[in-house]
Amino acid sequence: MRNFIDTLISRQDMIQSAFMEHIYLSFVAVAIGIAIALPTGVLIARYRRYAEPIIGVTAVFQTIPSLALFGFLVPLLGIGSTTALIALIIYALLPILRNTYTGITGVDSSTIEAGRGMGMTRTQILRQIELPLALPFIMAGIRTATVLTVGIATLATFVGAGGLGDIIYRGLQSYNNALVLAGALPVALLAIGFDQILKWIEKRATPKGLNP
Amino acid sequence: MIRFEGVTKRFADGTEALKDISLVLPTHQLTVIIGPSGCGKTTLMKMINKLEKPTEGKIYIDEEPITEMDEVQLRRSIGYVIQRIGLFPHMTISDNVSLVPRLVGWSKEKTEPRVRELLDLVGLNPETYMNRYPLELSGGQQQRVGVVRALAGDPNIILMDEPFSALDPISREQLQDELQNLQQTIHKTIVFVTHDMDEALKIADSIVVMRAGKVEQIGSPQELIDEPANEFVQNFIGTERIRRQRSFGERRVKEYIALFDAEWQGQTQEVSLDSTIDEAFRVLENSGLERVAVADRGAIVAYASERHLLQAALLKEEGV
Repeated sequence: MRNFIDTLISRQDMIQSAFMEHIYLSFVAVAIGIAIALPTGVLIARYRRYAEPIIGVTAVFQTIPSLALFGFLVPLLGIGSTTALIALIIYALLPILRNTYTGITGVDSSTIEAGRGMGMTRTQILRQIELPLALPFIMAGIRTATVLTVGIATLATFVGAGGLGDIIYRGLQSYNNALVLAGALPVALLAIGFDQILKWIEKRATPKGLNP
Repeated sequence: MIRFEGVTKRFADGTEALKDISLVLPTHQLTVIIGPSGCGKTTLMKMINKLEKPTEGKIYIDEEPITEMDEVQLRRSIGYVIQRIGLFPHMTISDNVSLVPRLVGWSKEKTEPRVRELLDLVGLNPETYMNRYPLELSGGQQQRVGVVRALAGDPNIILMDEPFSALDPISREQLQDELQNLQQTIHKTIVFVTHDMDEALKIADSIVVMRAGKVEQIGSPQELIDEPANEFVQNFIGTERIRRQRSFGERRVKEYIALFDAEWQGQTQEVSLDSTIDEAFRVLENSGLERVAVADRGAIVAYASERHLLQAALLKEEGV
């Protein structure tokens, strides 16, 4: 324990910068993941015959072990944070995509028909009915993606992209358990922290009328 | 006035949901379209606001063909109440009711009083209900909101697709009464789809009876009861209901002997030649048998089934 605290203090700078790198990697990956998966989810909910194949492809990506995926990408893209980001984005896609799709297709068809029958355009139906009603699902998907990404980002160290994985790896190499812990603990805290924040947002995002 | 002219709806697999329908739904009247499920009544109604499009034929609103109209504009000008209420659960009652006014760009100053007025109209206190959400209301209250939501943009035409069918019997009766009262005030052209004959007879100015994509009969409730066009309409209204709605007065069995069968094998219950049609009905009902035997001083002269008695009851006075 003593040892651990000493490590924290002596390696403070390194841990801090790794922590920031880690947040940066996770955050950017999830943000780009949302930017890709959310519109795609909306599109495949509208053109449903494309839904199965597209979700299928992202599901296949998901099954590739993360270390292997980083491995595949290095020969193609070299090392560096771009490679790490791409791998992380690929992992973030599925939960967001699937939840967006499920959320939108799950909106009661009679609700949609009421909107159509009253003269709402497709865009109005999407923005005023489908998206608000699907929002809790979408937020849950983003939450899953975030926690997943924070965990997998520890592997970014193997493609030279830094992050808290660096600290853990260093600790493992030098048989320094305190250092391993100094890397692993912030990762866990980060995941829990993000999860809690998003949980709160998810709750806020649930339209009021849905759970009286 | 809404006019259908030779409207046919054929689906991709070749089945015809509607077969060459021509009919007129008069202005300021509540027309009920009724028929068994799958008869095309909902399809017919949804053609009015272009939720369905005819394969052949044309539909006119006040003699203007709706094919020429923009569908979004058209729908905003027509009130629409759907079966399973269809309120938006994430919007307050006020937001639900004001949806169409907001879509067509009413000012806030114009919309809010309108919402209050409408909620008052169906007995929902605006102060209490405006900021509630649909799921906080009972089924009956929700459908009241559904009805006034359709009125919000002050449309001339209102389409109602089995609006009360999901409600419990008591709320349903209440809402039927309220709709009748409301119609006294608003005089809209209402097209009301249902499969419930009691509901149709109660609220309709005129009833369109449909079967298998065709119109079987159009008439006022009284006309349907007095002169069902054919056996289907008669069965659909139901013997029970015709009897309940009609009084047969003092008409007696002996006046209609010609309608009855002279021969019949099977158990019967006797009624006298002098009994009224009503009495014969009652005897038949209590006996649980298929026929009553009409006896003239002990000798049986004819056998009457329920159908025979009904025919007798439906015969016009001059036939007597």
